[in-house]
Amino acid sequence: MVVRPGAVQPSDVVLAHLTGRRTDLKGLIFQGALLLSLLLSLLFLIVLLVDIFVSSMAVFESRSVESFLEGSLSGFPDRAGVSQALYGSGMLMLFVVFISFPLGVAAAVYLEEYASDTRFNRFITVNIRNLAGVPSIVYGLLGLSIFVGTLSAITGGPSLLAGGLTLAILVLPIVIITSSEALRAVPQSIREAGYGVGATKWEVIRSHVLPSAAPGILTGTILAISRAIGEAAPLLLVGAVGGLLGQAQGGFLSQLQDRFTALPIVIFEWTKEANSEFKDLASAGIVVLMVIILISNAAAILLRNRYERKW
Amino acid sequence: MDSTALREQRQTPHPEVHAEVGHQEAPANRDVVFETRDLSVFYGEFRAVRDVSLTIYRNHITALIGPSGCGKTTFIRCLNRMNDLIETARVEGEIKYHGVNLYDKKVDAVEVRRRIGMVFQKPNPFPKSIYDNIAFGPKISGFKGNMDELVEQSLQKAALWDEVKDRLKESAMGLSGGQQQRLCIARCVAVQPDVILMDEPCSALDPIATGRIEDLMQDIKEEYSIVIVTHNMQQAARVSDMTAFFTAEVNEQQDRRTGVLVEYDKTENIFQTPTDERTENYVTGRFG
Repeated sequence: MVVRPGAVQPSDVVLAHLTGRRTDLKGLIFQGALLLSLLLSLLFLIVLLVDIFVSSMAVFESRSVESFLEGSLSGFPDRAGVSQALYGSGMLMLFVVFISFPLGVAAAVYLEEYASDTRFNRFITVNIRNLAGVPSIVYGLLGLSIFVGTLSAITGGPSLLAGGLTLAILVLPIVIITSSEALRAVPQSIREAGYGVGATKWEVIRSHVLPSAAPGILTGTILAISRAIGEAAPLLLVGAVGGLLGQAQGGFLSQLQDRFTALPIVIFEWTKEANSEFKDLASAGIVVLMVIILISNAAAILLRNRYERKW
Repeated sequence: MDSTALREQRQTPHPEVHAEVGHQEAPANRDVVFETRDLSVFYGEFRAVRDVSLTIYRNHITALIGPSGCGKTTFIRCLNRMNDLIETARVEGEIKYHGVNLYDKKVDAVEVRRRIGMVFQKPNPFPKSIYDNIAFGPKISGFKGNMDELVEQSLQKAALWDEVKDRLKESAMGLSGGQQQRLCIARCVAVQPDVILMDEPCSALDPIATGRIEDLMQDIKEEYSIVIVTHNMQQAARVSDMTAFFTAEVNEQQDRRTGVLVEYDKTENIFQTPTDERTENYVTGRFG
């Protein structure tokens, strides 16, 4: 029915027009397909998690969680535990925090605030992104040749120190990228406000840009740490021990130069064992690792929400 | 030129610049703050503003009006070297501030901005407390006196004190748009500048907040020289003593617009008896 524009229409005619829409079949099919993709991806994840959780129950039902967390590496599955792995992973994290965080943030501040927009600097930025995508085993090889080989006088060869430095370098590009993004998200108007009252570049960065970017920088760093804590491949090359590890001897420094182990390494070794009890131990180890990662990611989200700013 | 020399210049304005007023009728108070001569601004190869020669007087409100893209904002951002922040920006010609060339190699842009404050188009308080917003400027410029007093004075000058005196420690982001803009004016005033540049300070505000800021400008012009960019002709007519009309020359081949100064005179002359046809078309609403 053709309606002349401006003509007075009875309300029942208008109602028929406004309610007469047919079902949007194509739209529904598309929506269904999208939902299916989501469910499919979730399905794999859920199957994996349930499988791990079920087999880990075999360990946690027969012994207490404490005995698993406090036990050390052992050939007897009923006594083996992850205390040495937890210590090793914790120490590695400290390296990441104390090396990658300051270096990465400083590099990001330089790139975003000081470096001029030249072809060379853009080349560097692009390649930092590429570095973040380099397989971690390559960093392991790098660590093997530099920290275990060239610098063995300092690191003591394959050692916790070599492992920590390798992981720190592995996550450095991630810290730089996420910090850069956090800095870039600080509105230019904040910088202008600072310059407008006669602040120097350093004063603007220190008093306004960095505090505004801090939540983003912290979140990125925590996510980088979560990435590092799950890495096994590079550690295998720089001194991580999977089998038996003697009790650490000597002072703190000599411990740093000693062999070490970490959670992903222990999980890897236990999975390789033929004995099915070790496979259950591996699942229990995975649960511990996932709890740690979950906690740190939750901390990142909380930090972000707590300090999120509205401009 | 170092900062001490700048300060001396500020107290003794050059006498010879007074002669360079041009065709326009000079206002009664003829102390000159800025004098630009053939000022052109480039962004890379593109010339955004061409050959602006303009004299800005002390304790006056000088309005820059004109259609979008006519270089008003680019021009005002040269007056406190804010364009330095844009890497590709380049200036030709001269801007004399109390006789000192602002773009002289020896002039420190940070010192320039301490003297020549700026209020921006969108209110941009720091995401900190109201108190810290005001105190930041004086703190970095080495203010040694009573900070609480200075904060109160500054907020009072910006007609904001009564509204915020009980919540100085609260975040400035919780203020309304108009309050935020007055806070930005207070922040600017707190460093005791000589000139305040305002780049469309009311464009994001409602008419009531705009009226407050216009009143405030009248109150503080006894102490400061104010240069304001505005899209709003009525605002220019209401608040300013002198008005400069800019327009854009369109280069059809390159699809680029270059700003030029058309006419500069007492505000009443610009609005009632403009000498240039383009000005007349603009102020009577036939163009722009």
